[in-house]
Amino acid sequence: MSGELSLVREILAGYGKSRGALIPVLQEVQAALGYVPEGAMVEIARHLGIPASHVYSVASFYAQFRLQPLGRRRIAVCRGTACHVRGAPEILKELEGLTGIREGETSEDLEYTLETVACIGCCALAPCVRVNDEVYGEMTREKVRALFPDSEEAHRDAG
Amino acid sequence: MPDERYTVHVCHGTGCVSGGAEEVYARLGTIAGSGIRLKRTGCHGFCQQGPVVVIEPDGIFYCRVRVSDVGDIVASLSTEGRPVERLLYGDPAAGRTIIRYGEIPFYRRQERILLRNCGRIDPEDIDDYLATGGYQALSRALEMSPEEIIAEIRRSGLRGLGGAGFPAGRKWEACRRAPGTEKFVICNGDEGDPGAFQDRSVMEGDPHAVLEGMAIAGYAVGAARGYIYVRAEYPLAVKRLQLAIEQARQRGFLGRHILDRDFSFDIEVFQGAGAFVCGESTALVSSMEGNRGFPKPLPRPRTTESGLWGKPTLLNNVKTFAYVPKIILHGAGWFASRGTDKSKGTAVFSLTGKVANCGLIEVPMGTTLRQIIFEIGGGIPDGKRFKAVQTGGPSGGCLPADLLDLPVDFDSLTAAGSMMGSGGMVVVDEDTCMVDLARYFLDFSQRESCGQCLPCRLGTRQMFAILDDITRGRGRPEDLARLEELGRLVARSSLCGLGQTAPNPVLTTLRYFREEYEAHIKGRRCPAGVCGL
Repeated sequence: MSGELSLVREILAGYGKSRGALIPVLQEVQAALGYVPEGAMVEIARHLGIPASHVYSVASFYAQFRLQPLGRRRIAVCRGTACHVRGAPEILKELEGLTGIREGETSEDLEYTLETVACIGCCALAPCVRVNDEVYGEMTREKVRALFPDSEEAHRDAG
Repeated sequence: MPDERYTVHVCHGTGCVSGGAEEVYARLGTIAGSGIRLKRTGCHGFCQQGPVVVIEPDGIFYCRVRVSDVGDIVASLSTEGRPVERLLYGDPAAGRTIIRYGEIPFYRRQERILLRNCGRIDPEDIDDYLATGGYQALSRALEMSPEEIIAEIRRSGLRGLGGAGFPAGRKWEACRRAPGTEKFVICNGDEGDPGAFQDRSVMEGDPHAVLEGMAIAGYAVGAARGYIYVRAEYPLAVKRLQLAIEQARQRGFLGRHILDRDFSFDIEVFQGAGAFVCGESTALVSSMEGNRGFPKPLPRPRTTESGLWGKPTLLNNVKTFAYVPKIILHGAGWFASRGTDKSKGTAVFSLTGKVANCGLIEVPMGTTLRQIIFEIGGGIPDGKRFKAVQTGGPSGGCLPADLLDLPVDFDSLTAAGSMMGSGGMVVVDEDTCMVDLARYFLDFSQRESCGQCLPCRLGTRQMFAILDDITRGRGRPEDLARLEELGRLVARSSLCGLGQTAPNPVLTTLRYFREEYEAHIKGRRCPAGVCGL
């Protein structure tokens, strides 16, 4: 945690005391740590001169911010309209089966985080899935399984 | 630069990148010999066929190009032989392949003005933008007085392309007249409608057009600072815009004393953090000020008078700004000669869903839904039947086959119960359940409601619960009247546009597809076979 805190302080040093810096700071902290820990929120509040409750209020409002550590493979199923009408719900179900976790959860071994995203903007290639920063278009159940060759379920299906 | 017989354009829009465009480009770089110039471009529009490679000057269109195809493309160019047949677009309607993209029905029926540079220029190279006349409009604008610029924008009839269609010239004038020495220009790139990606494509494919339009606006309204608010899900747009800003500063198109005149203007990118409500102007401003994205309570001052940090602020959509340089360069009359009486110019749509040709399209305002879906979109694939087209995302509505001849413009879509919105157009066929689709949108709206006002927070949730019941076979006969009553109430009493328009998907499906609701409730049957009843 102390390593994390010094990283947060380093990030804060690049910003003035303007309240308008709050969202950019939260984004930078999350990019560095993968999530926004409680200690970081307190530190940000101190630096910007605003109550920690306000930092929490903002961090918990926006979909982008994670208050818990994320898995190494962050899987986001696009639930945009084009993806929805072209089968996103089945893709999500398949992924829930493969990872053993539900939408919004992170696996205990921190391998996977499964989430949905409002729209990636790749609607012409619907349905889409994003794994970390890679976007995969025109997904099918088979193509989803191919993304996770190591999962138990994929083995069972193959066997 | 040596004589280059061919330029090979490799589309680098998000869609094509996800299909491997970067690898194709890299491979081309290794084996393309002299006489071939390589160019990374923004979105070419036909995302479904990606990665797209276009060979100019002949306009040869290759689709779904893989790294393994690159050798054949280069060989065909160096021998000036036949194009690579297997990579050409196969027109399902005509049953033949088409060589040039201008002859492909998807492109032939479009009029690409706003998107002209998308897919043609390298968005990461300012010289490419300059070669197409870039920043000439800014130079001309600085010769004009701010009042003359605003008058030109007013005469053009340009309306805000973020969805509401407010006349741009009037907004600019209000901001110019607002008292205060410090003013801001904000470009709204928080394209949150699921099913829309045209703002992303413009930011990724022609970023300098956005910057140039903003700089002209800054000069016209008297602002020295601009911000582009881009949603977090668009990392490539952020990268290209930041690069473009850097390059524009180096060349003196942004920064202090632009083009050696007494005008200074600079732009920063602000990344949204994932909240649909931030597309609403006061919520967007609130989030830039480091707060939750809450729309301001009524009575709220106009953003043009009291926006960011309480200062007069001009907020327009990406496409609105991108249009400005063209209007300044070609004149208001040129712009106003297209479109309908009250909606001038062109409209850009993300055409997706159950339609043969998906992608980004641009047509004159007033083009009918039928022309868009059947001529450009190529109709419904797999021999299925058209059922509805959804425009305007969660704020819009679903229009049935009877309305296919509706001319698409701001006012006719609103009159039909839908709206232009940010330009999503999702086609659905007989396999889509309209009740499930309405439930989908209400699920979105109730998640994205900021929670500040009661009608939106609880009303959308209640509507979602009723729709959920209906799709699970638990619907009751009185539910339809209740949905309509709730819908009208939420629309009338919500604080901001999110709640005011959230009932539209339900109200339009009830209006045009009532029998599907009745089948779920009375017959415990989903005609499309989507709901597991």
